[in-house]
Amino acid sequence: MTLDAVIFVISAVVAIFGAAMMIAQRNPVASVLYLILSLVAQSVIYVQLGALFVGVMLVIVYAGAIMVLFLFVIMLLNLRGGEDLGRPSGRISRFTKYAVTLLLFIELIFVIRGVALPPVADVVSSQPDAFGSVRAVSMLLFTRYLYPFQLTGVLMLIAVVGAVVIARKERTDELPEETASEAASPEKSREGTQE
Amino acid sequence: MSVPISAYLTLAAVLFGLGTVGVLISRNVIVLFMCIELMLNAANMALIAFSRALNLMDGHVMVFLVMTVAAAEAAVGLGMIITIHRNRETINIDRFDLMKW
Repeated sequence: MTLDAVIFVISAVVAIFGAAMMIAQRNPVASVLYLILSLVAQSVIYVQLGALFVGVMLVIVYAGAIMVLFLFVIMLLNLRGGEDLGRPSGRISRFTKYAVTLLLFIELIFVIRGVALPPVADVVSSQPDAFGSVRAVSMLLFTRYLYPFQLTGVLMLIAVVGAVVIARKERTDELPEETASEAASPEKSREGTQE
Repeated sequence: MSVPISAYLTLAAVLFGLGTVGVLISRNVIVLFMCIELMLNAANMALIAFSRALNLMDGHVMVFLVMTVAAAEAAVGLGMIITIHRNRETINIDRFDLMKW
């Protein structure tokens, strides 16, 4: 077994373990931490596949930023895993769900077996414009894929504004009695109702 | 390189299957969201593996776009979770039935 294979097996086992534990945990904070473990292992595999820049971005953006957003919401809602989630809805049995997923997995394996992939060469190197380096990826991103790249900026803007609008508390249109009497000082009453 | 590309694709399929199981069986809406992120990541891994196999870097750019969409989806979705939790005091996905009739 070569070093490549050893690294792959270890990272794959850790990635699958993290993903499985994420589903099995009752405490959502533990779920987030296991998903971060899985993501770090996946980024090792990205680097092994020559995607140096994307692998680093996975850790920084996913494990660093998006997972912190999840943690932040969990803390905000004060979830501890002891919530009564009620009985599972019995319309579709759990066995059916596992069976459907297994069917999907078998189908994917058949597709992977069927596709003929060319053998790959060792391309991982530290040259500045090697395969998957920052320079090479951004060259592609800012030339051929410039238009989709700009569109993601618009998407992010829409998402951020939309998230603020959705998560904001409904502002009451009519002022409460005590603040209506303070209408003489408009800043004060606005502070009271906006929240 | 000693590890064949199909091994990476199989790992991506396993992660995608785990994400599917999580989406189907979890009742905590936040865990469900994380399972969707896991499925997106599995697709990303397949893209990276294919771009390595074909020696093209277009797959890396696709992964960037997928990551952006995942971030946008997480931001909006978590906002919705906060709003629904504020109004209904629950994070059980079975109680999120505002649009059901």
